[in-house]
Amino acid sequence: MKPNRLVLLSLLMCTAAFAYAQQPIVGLITKTDTNPFFVKMKQGAEAAAKADGAKLMSAAGKFDGDNAGQMTAIENMVTAGAKAILITPSDTKAIVPSIKKARGAGVLVIALDTPTDPQDATDALFATDNFKAGVLIGQYAKAAMAGKKAKIATLDLAPGITVGQLRHDGFLKGFGIKEGDPMIVCSQDTQGDRAKGQTAMENCLQKAPDINVVYTINEPAAAGAYQALKAAGKEKSVLIVSVDGGCEGVRNIQAGVIGATSQQYPLKMAQLGVDAGVAYAKTGKKVSGYTDTGVTLITDKPMKGVDSKDTKFGLSACWG
Amino acid sequence: MAATAPTPVIEARKLVKRYGHVTALDEADFEVLPGEILAVIGDNGAGKSTLIKALSGALVPDSGQIFVDGQLVHFHNPVDARRHGIETVYQDLAVAPAMTIAENLFLGREATRGGWLGSMLRLLDKKKMQAEASAHMKDLQIGIRSMKQAVETLSGGQRQGVAVARSAAFARHVVIMDEPTAALGVKESNMVLDLIRRVRDRGLPVILISHNMPHVFEVSDRIHIQRLGRRAALVRASEIKMSDAVAIMTGALEYKAAA
Amino acid sequence: MSTQTAAAVSPGVRSLFAHLPPVATFGPFIALALACTFFAFQSDRFLAGQNFSLILQQVMVVGVVAIGQTLVILTAGIDLSCGMIMALGSIVMTKFAVDLGMNPYLAILCGLLVCVAFGFLNGSLITYVRLPPFIVTLGTLNIAFAITQIYSKSQTVAGLPDAMLFFGNTFKIADTSVTYGTVLMLLMYLGAWVVLRETAPGRHVYALGNNPEAARLMGIPARRMLVVIYTIAGLIYGIAALLLVARTNVGDPQAGQTDNLESITAVVLGGTSLFGGRGMILGTLIGALIIGVIRNGLTLMGVPSVYQILITGILVILAVATDQMSRRKA
Repeated sequence: MKPNRLVLLSLLMCTAAFAYAQQPIVGLITKTDTNPFFVKMKQGAEAAAKADGAKLMSAAGKFDGDNAGQMTAIENMVTAGAKAILITPSDTKAIVPSIKKARGAGVLVIALDTPTDPQDATDALFATDNFKAGVLIGQYAKAAMAGKKAKIATLDLAPGITVGQLRHDGFLKGFGIKEGDPMIVCSQDTQGDRAKGQTAMENCLQKAPDINVVYTINEPAAAGAYQALKAAGKEKSVLIVSVDGGCEGVRNIQAGVIGATSQQYPLKMAQLGVDAGVAYAKTGKKVSGYTDTGVTLITDKPMKGVDSKDTKFGLSACWG
Repeated sequence: MAATAPTPVIEARKLVKRYGHVTALDEADFEVLPGEILAVIGDNGAGKSTLIKALSGALVPDSGQIFVDGQLVHFHNPVDARRHGIETVYQDLAVAPAMTIAENLFLGREATRGGWLGSMLRLLDKKKMQAEASAHMKDLQIGIRSMKQAVETLSGGQRQGVAVARSAAFARHVVIMDEPTAALGVKESNMVLDLIRRVRDRGLPVILISHNMPHVFEVSDRIHIQRLGRRAALVRASEIKMSDAVAIMTGALEYKAAA
Repeated sequence: MSTQTAAAVSPGVRSLFAHLPPVATFGPFIALALACTFFAFQSDRFLAGQNFSLILQQVMVVGVVAIGQTLVILTAGIDLSCGMIMALGSIVMTKFAVDLGMNPYLAILCGLLVCVAFGFLNGSLITYVRLPPFIVTLGTLNIAFAITQIYSKSQTVAGLPDAMLFFGNTFKIADTSVTYGTVLMLLMYLGAWVVLRETAPGRHVYALGNNPEAARLMGIPARRMLVVIYTIAGLIYGIAALLLVARTNVGDPQAGQTDNLESITAVVLGGTSLFGGRGMILGTLIGALIIGVIRNGLTLMGVPSVYQILITGILVILAVATDQMSRRKA
């Protein structure tokens, strides 16, 4: 009696394990797991995995730039049998060897949000066109100035980070000027931090009190800049533009803190990524190339010649 | 010659201290008389430092008694011993090198200003401490002019002087000195030996622990020889040869007290 | 080492050096004066009352954090968790006031208590479990950060009651607006200076760092003091949290992440030794001001931010080198 029961039990367990093992495994590796952008991405990936009948493994670096943590995560996921890995690379160059190894083991690797360097080191890229995001708000700012002489301050990220560089350059292009144009009266780094954005804006205002356009790398920096402008009594006369489209940022547009923001869609990135990964696991079909996950200009004060949507839409599509 | 022997300033009877199987103090006795310099010598492992630690409150013996001025006392920590007027000059001096001479002299016992500033905020009376430090140093004829100098700017002998002056300033019964000349050259050692004599001349008996036989014989009145956890001999320095003292220390010679 | 070089120099010169305070005392101040002079010539907007008020506001939060850091470093310890404790405190006080509708003063008190608790945790682990300060505060840094993110769900807290923003309010001196927060910072530095220089417990802090064994032998309650120092540091980080909230108008869970290194930089630039036992609290204020002046001055000159980082790094090396060399001469 007893041995038979044992055989039956182990047979059942094997079947269950086998069935479970048939669930395709997709891995998601983000830069950190505290930035609301990546939190939303992970939520989107989990939902998509559930819908596709796949199992999601997730990991993150400990801080922005933690390449070692992401390398370890890739290795662990490949060992655990992931068929596809989605990654927002912290160090776009240094992660390439690990990705190559994973792809060599037959794993599909898709970059989300940030391209690797070189971009074709991954099978595919699902990302915001950060340059376009900058162009949109640059065009908006130009139109909003309506021919008035602009005095521009750029509150950037930090030296050497691609995302920051792309958005900055895009803004300049959209505004119609080149780097070094005399209209740009101040450029300072903020590391995307609210308090540092405030300090940078204060110092820029001290240098050029008549600044009337402020480009900011993201919405926390924009909020900090607004604080500085408010303390100087200039918040009504200065236009702040930003990128991200987080729910807090969209609410700041409603409140009149930020003039316009380029909204990006981490949820969509994750969804497309998981779908592509599952498709590969099931059919072997690889996805390739760059898929623009879209960027929308959100503002409550639309300008002629620049497509935009209002904050109602923004709130429905926001993240964070 | 006095008819009755004077009361020892510190006396210890039958001190015992064991560490597991090792007996560091095996019913050790000890006494130091007023106005004398008593050297404590003994080979490594004789129980010298254990004995001194018991007397200065750094450890509690398993059994035995300690008397200060004839009164039975129990020391649980160095602060207890200090409260009974026993000060120790440690081998590594226990000074804060970056702080001034005056600050080191009063370390842990700073003089505070009067009134609520002193009692509540413990605001320092720096002038008083500097003046008193100066006076103590002058008293012992230690030639350092400014009490505001950092101790680390002093020579080895001068630093020793500061440590000795600190103990002499606060001691009421005895000053214990642990290897005071060990790290010093000839000239500075002589300075320190002079210093020890001056401390004794001010009325404070000195217990001197040293490995340096010439120094021991140059400055001590009596010598306590420690061996195998007990007192092997207590003799006047003038009544014993240096080679005999060393022999008793190592056990080559058995000491027989005069009847 | 010191006796040999001392022997090479004549006794008169040696005692002269002994009487002078080390270069570390004046070095930072001279560096600050030089920087200000330089920037005054580079931009006519530098030497303005309003600009200086601005710089004070910008260094205010890190400046206050650095007071706690100085106390800890004087005991030969280090506190890597300062910024995270501050962030946690700011989230607690703002969320209690906004989400729970608590009386703002009570909410502030709660925030301060949380910071004090973390400071006490640091001190206890270091003293009673005998773990190195670097490791302990590395651990509490992460714990405080995680709690902050979990409790705030990584969202900023806005809509704060006016009472909480008091230290951001300004008053006028001549034509310049000065915030109450910067005044508080200066008062705190003054208070710390008096305590460290003129009171017995203050001198004991130095003794603890310079020779902990000597301090212990002289009857200074070393273990109790260390716990108290880390706890007081926690309270100071809590006050910094309130100043941060008043300056930025929100409770920001992402705040303070670089404050540990920035406060240590201010302490080192101010001439305090990382080995403990020597240094001046006012030096830390000057160190913080040096960082702020350079950031402000270079922005006014239009120099890219990366050069601020370069210059700060060079200054840190110079500060430590001059301190070491001046001590070897004496």
